[in-house]
Amino acid sequence: MKRLALAAALVVLATVPLWVGSTYYVNIASQILFYAVFALAVNVLAGYAGLVSLGHAGLFGIAAYAAAKIMTSGHGHLAVAAGALAVTLAAAAVFAVLALRGTGLGFVMITVALGQIVWGVAYRWISLTNGDNGITISGRPSPFGLSLASPRGFYWATLVVFLLAVASMAVFVASPFGASVRGTRDQPRRMNALGYHVWMIRFLAFVLSGFWTGVAGLLYLYYNQFVSPQAVTLTASAEALLMVISGGTATLLGPITGAALVVVMKNVASAYIERWNFVLGAIFVAIVVFMPEGLVPGVARLVRRSPLR
Amino acid sequence: MTTALAVRDLRKSFGGLQVTSSVNLRVEAGERRLIIGPNGAGKTTLFNLITGEIPPDAGSIALFERDITRVPSRRRTHLGIGRTYQIITLFPRETLLRNVTLSLLGLSPLRWNPLVRLDRQASLVREARDVLARLGLEALTDRPVAETSYGERRRVEIAMALAQKPRVLLLDEPFAGLSLEERRDVLRLVTGIPRDVTIVMIEHDMDVALDFAERITVLHFGEVVVEGTRAQVVAHPRTREIYLGE
Repeated sequence: MKRLALAAALVVLATVPLWVGSTYYVNIASQILFYAVFALAVNVLAGYAGLVSLGHAGLFGIAAYAAAKIMTSGHGHLAVAAGALAVTLAAAAVFAVLALRGTGLGFVMITVALGQIVWGVAYRWISLTNGDNGITISGRPSPFGLSLASPRGFYWATLVVFLLAVASMAVFVASPFGASVRGTRDQPRRMNALGYHVWMIRFLAFVLSGFWTGVAGLLYLYYNQFVSPQAVTLTASAEALLMVISGGTATLLGPITGAALVVVMKNVASAYIERWNFVLGAIFVAIVVFMPEGLVPGVARLVRRSPLR
Repeated sequence: MTTALAVRDLRKSFGGLQVTSSVNLRVEAGERRLIIGPNGAGKTTLFNLITGEIPPDAGSIALFERDITRVPSRRRTHLGIGRTYQIITLFPRETLLRNVTLSLLGLSPLRWNPLVRLDRQASLVREARDVLARLGLEALTDRPVAETSYGERRRVEIAMALAQKPRVLLLDEPFAGLSLEERRDVLRLVTGIPRDVTIVMIEHDMDVALDFAERITVLHFGEVVVEGTRAQVVAHPRTREIYLGE
């Protein structure tokens, strides 16, 4: 049954550009996918490691800016991807070393500060980042002959990356290392007493999260062909965290659902509702009140309790 | 006889409060040692110092003649120190099997592996099941800890410590909060631990604990005030003074 549902979901996802209609909606679907990768990355920390980061847009932006800088200096797409991910991994390691000096609220505040530093650099260091005007790139890559210039091509490429991210998360969650990460969230003192290196486990979880955040940032750059300080604001970090919390932390489907909710509200509902931000806020409040565990675990709970089951 | 645990002149203070002042303790290999003392005597602090959860201000700790004073807490577990907590510290959302598996995993290099499935590590899972069966918890293997009784959780605490095959086991009030029947079960379990494991136990329940221990150490205001056999400690005027106020 589970496999059948998975196969059906794959077919639906793979055929989205064929039945969704206009290219506008294909682009929305692409956005959902790369924001879902971002949310999955944030979920590694917020969900599985119990470390709430409000600075991940900083890493997201570092990947996008690094890729844009490498590309505008005349390098090929392979160098762009490798360089951007290397820079993001290094930045994630630095973020982790600094942020892991605190736990709980201390950790949150350090990540806010780190995110704001990145925003400050993006906004003020004009010779490096072009300031408020941002950096524009030209052209998307064509891996294995598939041009990403068209919305359909970009969607399918993003879908492949998204599926890789989901698969890697599924493997991570079921692995001994995944169990170690969850253990440090639930009982760090006990984990230490059991022989685990709690700091190192959290550090590696942060770096893993940074890697997939970098991948999402790279896709964001290729999608928009432009990056500006808007991508690294505190609001962007909070939005990613809301995707995770609204969908359900420490689940695979939760962050994906949350990403879909936020992207649809931002892009589709905003076309019909002037005060869409208010509606989005109201939805979050409703989720917190009626399904505090998030949409996916909340719906699963309702289904379990349903008399029709 | 080999000394399993040697604590020398151990001191610890929190601000102006001296919690442990010049504690000396020598536990021989295979010994069953009981540590008693009124609330605030510094018993749990002594355990936390031995396991490295808090660093001492002065003094030294040796495990089987090896100085471990500056060894990080997690490394001490790898060297053979196991412990249970006075306040039960388990993973409530996880099953009993997963709790014990996590304990076994703590000493295995596999804990760093992000690529294999934990539930397919047959030898690890089998070992965890064996440990649970030895402690009479086989029927509850797949039940989340949150759905078990307090007494069962106490046994899981001990199961997790024993799963790591410690050379020195520190039991912090293993009978706390248990019914009389549960106390007997846990005592049977503790007395059944083989002699290659040295046991140091903190306990308030004298009826149960005095029968178990070969030697007893009485702590008071962070100092060892009496040490000896059961008869010696019970007859000692300082013990009577501390417990009865004579």
